[in-house]
Amino acid sequence: MLQTASNQQTTQWITVCSLEQIIPNTGVCALLKGKQIAIFRIGNTEEIYAICNYDPFSKAYVLSRGIIGDRNGVPKVASPIYKQNFNLITGQCLDNEAISVRAFPTKVVDGQVMVNVA
Amino acid sequence: MGKNLVVIGNGMVGHRFLERMIESNDGASANWNLITFCEEPRVAYDRVNLSSFFSGKSAADLTLVEPGFYQDNNVKIYIGDKVVSIDRANKQVVSQNGVSLTYDKLVIATGSYPFVPPIKGQNTEGTFVYRTIEDLEAIANYGKNCKVGVVVGGGLLGLECANALKNLGVQTHVVEFMPRLMPVQVDDGGGSVLRKRIEDLGVSIHTSKSTTEIVSEQGKVHKMLFADGSELQTDMIVFSAGIRPRDELAKSCELQLGERGGIVINDFCQTSDNDIYAIGECALHQNRIYGLVAPGYKMAEVAADHLRDFHFSENFFTGADMSTKLKLLGVDVASFGDAFAKTPGSKEIVIQNAVEGTYKKLVINSESTYLLGGILVGDGSAYGMLHQMVQNQIPLPQHPEDLILPQRTASKASFGVESLPDTAQICSCNNVSKGAICSAIRDQKLMDIGAVKQCTQAGTGCGGCVPLVTDLLKDELKKAGVEVKNHLCEHFAYSRQELYHLVRSQKIITFDELLHNHGKGKGCEICKPAVASILASAWNDYILNPPHTGLQDTNDAFLANIQKDGSYSVIPRIPGGEITPDGLITIGQIAKDFGLYTKITGAQRIDMFGARVDQLPHIWKRLVDAGFESGHAYGKALRTVKSCVGSTWCRFGVQDSVGMSIKLELRYRGLRAPHKLKSAVSGCTRECAEAQSKDFGVIATENGWNLYVCGNGGMKPQHAQLLAADLDDETLIKYIDRFLMFYIRTANRLERTATWFNKLEGGIEYLKEVVIEDSLGICAELEAEMAHHVETYACEWKATIEDPAKIARFRHFINTDDTDPNLVYVEEREQRRPASQEERTVLI
Ligand code: SRM
Ligand SMILES: Cc1cc2nc3c(=O)[nH]c(=O)nc-3n(C[C@H](O)[C@H](O)[C@H](O)COP(=O)(O)OP(=O)(O)OC[C@H]3O[C@@H](n4cnc5c(N)ncnc54)[C@H](O)[C@@H]3O)c2cc1C
Ligand code: SF4
Ligand code: FES
Repeated sequence: MLQTASNQQTTQWITVCSLEQIIPNTGVCALLKGKQIAIFRIGNTEEIYAICNYDPFSKAYVLSRGIIGDRNGVPKVASPIYKQNFNLITGQCLDNEAISVRAFPTKVVDGQVMVNVA
Repeated sequence: MGKNLVVIGNGMVGHRFLERMIESNDGASANWNLITFCEEPRVAYDRVNLSSFFSGKSAADLTLVEPGFYQDNNVKIYIGDKVVSIDRANKQVVSQNGVSLTYDKLVIATGSYPFVPPIKGQNTEGTFVYRTIEDLEAIANYGKNCKVGVVVGGGLLGLECANALKNLGVQTHVVEFMPRLMPVQVDDGGGSVLRKRIEDLGVSIHTSKSTTEIVSEQGKVHKMLFADGSELQTDMIVFSAGIRPRDELAKSCELQLGERGGIVINDFCQTSDNDIYAIGECALHQNRIYGLVAPGYKMAEVAADHLRDFHFSENFFTGADMSTKLKLLGVDVASFGDAFAKTPGSKEIVIQNAVEGTYKKLVINSESTYLLGGILVGDGSAYGMLHQMVQNQIPLPQHPEDLILPQRTASKASFGVESLPDTAQICSCNNVSKGAICSAIRDQKLMDIGAVKQCTQAGTGCGGCVPLVTDLLKDELKKAGVEVKNHLCEHFAYSRQELYHLVRSQKIITFDELLHNHGKGKGCEICKPAVASILASAWNDYILNPPHTGLQDTNDAFLANIQKDGSYSVIPRIPGGEITPDGLITIGQIAKDFGLYTKITGAQRIDMFGARVDQLPHIWKRLVDAGFESGHAYGKALRTVKSCVGSTWCRFGVQDSVGMSIKLELRYRGLRAPHKLKSAVSGCTRECAEAQSKDFGVIATENGWNLYVCGNGGMKPQHAQLLAADLDDETLIKYIDRFLMFYIRTANRLERTATWFNKLEGGIEYLKEVVIEDSLGICAELEAEMAHHVETYACEWKATIEDPAKIARFRHFINTDDTDPNLVYVEEREQRRPASQEERTVLI
């Protein structure tokens, strides 16, 4: 039983692309299980974050094209349309408490970027 | 064979002397063999601007001697050789390299040396002085590995030196023996304002400190001990504790010296030996040494004239005015006339503004009829006029204090946010008035722009009003007495102007390097594009090269303007608005093939809307092949130079406005700036191209071109101001080069020229001084910077489509070639447009 459970979890990890395909400090968008997911790479590292690509303010699918950075140490992306910021770890909008987008776990295995889209 | 005239020292004054001898090469001076000894490894250079070496000037830029000038004029120069003895009896000099020469007349122009107080440990590794190019090279080299640096001496040179250390990225301290900074030029009140201003820049000031010992660790400077028992850890020390005349040669050949040194001279600059003259900083006239270059130049002229017309010269040296105006660490300091009110019965008027950090003092005579002198700190704009009043004994107005009170008249081109009524609509997206914003700031004690946005909604739409909202915030905070820092964001405790300076002076080429050396954290959407723009202005590197890619604002990142649905628009450059029928057909065909919406823009060109990100390289491939290039409609860069049809067709046109606008557009295309730049050229005074609403606008006249600057359309329209009239093509371009680069250097982030101008103290007159008269002495630099831009320009789109690695970024999904299913369009007036939200629900 335990075995099956962990099997189920591993199947939810989807390989997206190689790490090299993401230029340090930029984002890309992936189509995973029919969802648009924005994936960001911090610096020249394996630090990767994934959140929804949908920008609730402009209603456009564009968050992957925002500028990433930090606010008081919290990694974040600014929407390219009207510049609202989103916490990359939680998906919480940092400029409006009522708004958030989904965030997804990520990992890098053998140079491949993987996202868990359960 | 003429007589030998030997000049010892090829510094600023020695060189001026030789120039004077040569330029008046009449019968008399042709009789001289001019010979000079130059101890330094290079001919005379501009010591006054030595510090600009740190902002990127090379030794060659600083030279005062035109190449070939000495050879052409038969001046024999011994470079890197110094005179070691003077034999007055045999009229002979001997140099270190063994050159021995007889002289008929001798000129000593040996300058001075930096005084290093006799402190234990003063020779330890890590101690420096600040006088020659070699000194600066040594400081720059050593400073690279230092965290902390101390300048000993808080005078004029010391503060200049502190600025240099600070720009090297070293945490800087100034140690001054006297109780205040610049003790020679300013009084206690001025000194304390100056101190505050400099401390605000992050430089620590320690006054009334006398250093007793320099303690080393492993042979290198480690800390300083002071007489009051305190100490200061440091990695390097620069001594700038005054200068001493280089009178050692004069001393050994027994010329008369002053009690505290200096070669005594008369009004013809002759020493106690009639055949020997002394000029410049080594000379002592009526018990005074002049540590400034202007009096030295005057001495050089007096001595040269006297040598030529021995008995008839009427050029005397009778002392010099020591009035000075300087900008030290960005702070104005001026001191003129009887600054310390030493005249019996004189009275002082002092206006000190702690909020603005300014100090202004007037010294007037006992009858209150004349100005005797004064001190200005923090705002030196009145210096020119006040100095004139002293020099020319201009009678004082009835209320002398008006001379230093802030001007309230409209003539000063002051049109800041404070002049707007409370009802003015600041944010049109969300209809928020000035009154609403200001009261929110006051009542809810808002401190940053984020909070203002959140509370008032102002600035949360198109973002276009953010600069105005920021100004309101600053204004309110200032009124509330809160110290306003011009920091870019939480990652950089510097203003844009300071960052620009750091990038240029330290030749920083990536954001990471700047962040690592001068910032903290990881950056954000404020500092990244601002720095990307600075890097592009300074080095003009291709903006999508990997270290820069992630810094670019969305539009720059994909070299196109993002639209509300995430699609993009495409605007090719159409210089001057002139386009061939074939060009029109190409654009039309491309729009047709990719199904793009087309529109003539407000700036005389054509926009194609609705391109998907993956289509952009394909569209641009076609455009580039047809000879088009990027229009930079997406960049904070030059947009267009609009034109009217001009003299070619129009019956009133007096110049070829289309030709000029194309020339200007091609010259400045791709130039990145704090904000976008727009221009126009009109062929006559009817002004059909609306040049007076542009950042720089040109209007043809019978005699050439009138140049207008700092106009704005957009949110707060403002007419441009006339900078110069009736210019020829070449001068027009020269002035525009200077103007643009000066703006790029000094403006805040996202500040159009009009907004920048409104904050520029001194208004258009000041701008004229800088651009036309070169009052800051930076025009050569500005022109060189622009020349670099023009030479290195390359079309970004061409570079992009030629590089497969760059094209790879232009796709919606990284893992499939699908396109964004959310881009949906409907037809209207025979073209496509994005579907509205209601239409989408039906269509998707
Ligand atoms: C396309 C165009 C409207 C049109 O259909 O005609 C346009 C479109 C935009 N303008 Fe504009 N402006 C256009 C001409 C103008 C003009 C007229 C001109 O240039 O002669 C002005 C007034 C002149 C001026 O700037 O002084 C103008 C003043 C603005 C402003 C206000 C600037 C200001 O200083 O107040 C903004 C907001 C900003 O830049 O912060 C703005 C911003 C914008 C933005 C970039 C807003 C945005 O971020 O999306 C629009 C981009 C649309 C796009 O994707 O292409 N646009 N805009 C025009 C493109 C001109 C071109 O060929 O490059
Ligand atoms: C950093 C800095 C900033 C300054 N800023 C200003 C300013 O803003 N305004 C201002 O008015 N002044 C300023 N000054 C002062 C100004 O530079 C001097 O007043 C000016 O250079 C004096 O010229 P000089 O020819 O007398 O001396 P120098 O320019 O020093 O020239 C003397 C030359 O003689 C050489 N020499 C000495 N002995 C011998 C020898 N025995 N044989 C051969 N050569 C010899 C020296 O090596 C030197 O090259 C500044 C100085 C410095 C260092
Ligand atoms: S094109 Fe210019 S005026 Fe028109 S909506 Fe956009 S920003 Fe506003
Ligand atoms: S005018 Fe304020 S956000 Fe658009």
